[in-house]
Formats: sequence, C-alpha cells, structure tokens
Amino acid sequence: MNFSVENLACRRGDVTVLTGVTFSVAEGEALVLRAPNGAGKTTLLRCLAGLTPPVSGALHFSPEDVAYAAHADGLKAQLSVEENLQFWADIFGTRDIAPAVDAFELSSLLSRRAQDLSAGQKRRLSLSRMVLTGRAIWALDEPTVSLDVENVARFSSAVTRHLAQGGSAVLATHIDLGLPTARTLDLSPFRAISQDAPSDDPFLDGAFQ
Amino acid sequence: MIALLQRDLKLAIRAGGGFGLGLAFFLILVVLVPFGVGPNSDILSRIAPGILWVGALLSCLLSLDRIFQLDYEDGTLDLLATAPLPLEAAATLKALSHWLVTGLPLTLAAPLLGVLLNMPSEATLWLVASLALGTPALSMLGTFGAALTVGLKRGGLLISLLVLPLYMPTLIFGAEAVRRGTEGLPTGTALAFLAAITAGCAALLPFASAAALRMNLR
Repeated sequence: MNFSVENLACRRGDVTVLTGVTFSVAEGEALVLRAPNGAGKTTLLRCLAGLTPPVSGALHFSPEDVAYAAHADGLKAQLSVEENLQFWADIFGTRDIAPAVDAFELSSLLSRRAQDLSAGQKRRLSLSRMVLTGRAIWALDEPTVSLDVENVARFSSAVTRHLAQGGSAVLATHIDLGLPTARTLDLSPFRAISQDAPSDDPFLDGAFQ
Repeated sequence: MIALLQRDLKLAIRAGGGFGLGLAFFLILVVLVPFGVGPNSDILSRIAPGILWVGALLSCLLSLDRIFQLDYEDGTLDLLATAPLPLEAAATLKALSHWLVTGLPLTLAAPLLGVLLNMPSEATLWLVASLALGTPALSMLGTFGAALTVGLKRGGLLISLLVLPLYMPTLIFGAEAVRRGTEGLPTGTALAFLAAITAGCAALLPFASAAALRMNLR
C-alpha cells in the first residue's frame, strides 16, 4: 500500500522531537529508519500508528491500516502462546492463527505459557502477531532485539512476504535485515532544535513520573 | 469483542489474577466488624446493611488499579488502542469483566454474609436487589478512575481519592433502599435512583474512559 507523510511534527510528552518529516513509501517497499538513540524513531512510529496525534503536518493514510509493534511485547504471561495469538486473531477478526505460527515456527511452543518463554521466543511470538493483523502497513519498533541470527532471517522473510503481497513497512532498526526493497531514511536532519531545552515550568518537571 | 472479555476473565481466574480477592476482603471485613462494635445483636442488625454496602465499595476499590495498569505495563494497552476494537468498547468490556469478577460475587455472597451480622431476614432481598443495581455503577466509575490514572506509578491511592466521592450517591441510595425495605417502607424511589445512576454511568463513562486513555497513551 502506498502511503506518505508530509511536513510532520511529532511530540513526545511536552517536547517536540521531530519537525518537517516528509517521506513516501510505495507498495512493496520497506522504509528503514536510522538515527541515534533519542532521535525520535519511536515517536515517529507511535505517530504513524495513531497513538500520538501529530503536532502539525499531514498523514496521507488511515491509522486503521497500520499494525504497530512496540518495544514491549504485549504478551500475557499467564496465557499460553496459542491463547495469546488467538486473542489477537479474534480482536483483528482474522480468526486463524496458522499463518503466524508457520511464519515464526511456533508450533512446538503453542501450549507453553508466555511466562516460560525466553526473551527471543517472546519476541518471536510478539512479531508473529503482525501476520495476524491483516493490515497493509507494518510499523515495527526495534523488531530484532533479542533475536538470534536464524530468527532474524525468519523475521526478514516474513517481512519480505508481506511486501510481496502488496504491503509496506516502516522499521526502526540498527541492523541490516537484507530486505530487497528497503530504503533508508536518516531522521537526524528532522530533529527539532528545541528538544534539549529545559521545560518551562521547573516545578512540573518530573512531577508525574 | 467477546475475546477481550474472555481473556480478562481467564486472566482473573489464573494464578495472580485477583479473582476472589474482593470476596475474601468482604468476608474478613464482615468477620471483623462484630469484634469492633461488640456482640450486641441489636446494634449489629441495625448497622448490617450499611456495613455490607461500605464493604462492597471498599472491596471493589481494591482491584481497580489492575483494570488498565497491567495492560499498560506489558504494552498490551498500546496494541489494543491501535486495534480495530474502539477504546470505548474496550473500556465497557473492562468494566463488565471487573463487575463479573467483583460485583457479581459480592451480590451473590451478601445474603450469607448478612447472616454473620445478624441482618434481619426481610432486608436480604433488598440488599441483593440494591447491590445488583448499584455495583455495576461502581465498576464503571472505577474503570473511569483507572483510565485517568493509567501510567502513574502507585496510582492506586489516587484512584481511591478520585473515585470514592463519585461512589457516594450509589452508597447513599443503596443503603437507603435496604433500610426502607427492612422497615417496610416503599423502596421504589431509592432503587429507581440507583438504577438511574447505573444507567447514566453505562451511557456516559465509556466515552470518558476512552478519552482519558487516549490522553494518557500519548
């Protein structure tokens, strides 16, 4: 799915982190966001997913088309792998969890509780949720954290398959995934200048943390 | 939609879920009251409906901060907010599952616990009726409080401060219905007010909760 953003400014809390972000992604293309820590990769992805409304600028797509995967895995420790997947499949109305299980080879783990999984297995389970959403735009925040080489390959083939089916993806990552249709966007030029400025009200600073 | 309700009920029943916690608190409160006020059965039977209503309120309060906090901490709430399910529906289902886990067991157990407080038998019917009409409002107001404080560390105390004043009308009309019922006076007005509070909460609070959640997820 083609989509674009124009002159976007995003904020995190009270701080405007990014300004003037403009890019477009074609059908079947992946956009890899590269930037140092704190440059606003997560902020941009949350904005694309519709969690944070943009300060200004325009999103030329509906957040309804975005499937978002955050840093946190979003798993319920007391539920089994199958129950976790089935829950999201029901929420997104796709019902069938088989494609997700196949894509990340979870079949041997299905009856295991999520609390008994390793960090990498949790990550795989969390990423397999993307397959279940049936949405065209994948917004992935550091998807390969705690994955081994084999599972990184599994993940990039899942993304490649999604792109081949006419989807598109935005990924924030520090490693090279070897995606055939990836384009890199450096976020550093879009940093808002004021971001390191102290907050106006020193008494409010950190009061609600 | 039913998937969220099923999941919440499943989580409540599994280890560490908190099902029965409210009920156990209710039971302990009712056992402790006679020690506190002494064994005089006249006094006990007079204060029994009020004690049971206050107990219902407090035990409901006990589990409020879990409604959204756990989902917020493990990232599920972010994912739910981007899912096709509207947050208004999610808030309604959360309130419903909270009621099924706390309010409903309390309503069903209240007649038995009334016996421990020497509650007059004619009050039982009115106690069950008033709890059945009033406790859904407690869960819905609590969900709103939980939505307002989601993301705050140790928000539990703040929820109590926010929500207890909002519980007051429910408590007043609930306890009044039982008192009037016990004395053989008409209870229609009190029960109608109780039902009206619940209906008003059901109509308005899902929107307020969803708006509060959206603010807090930013």
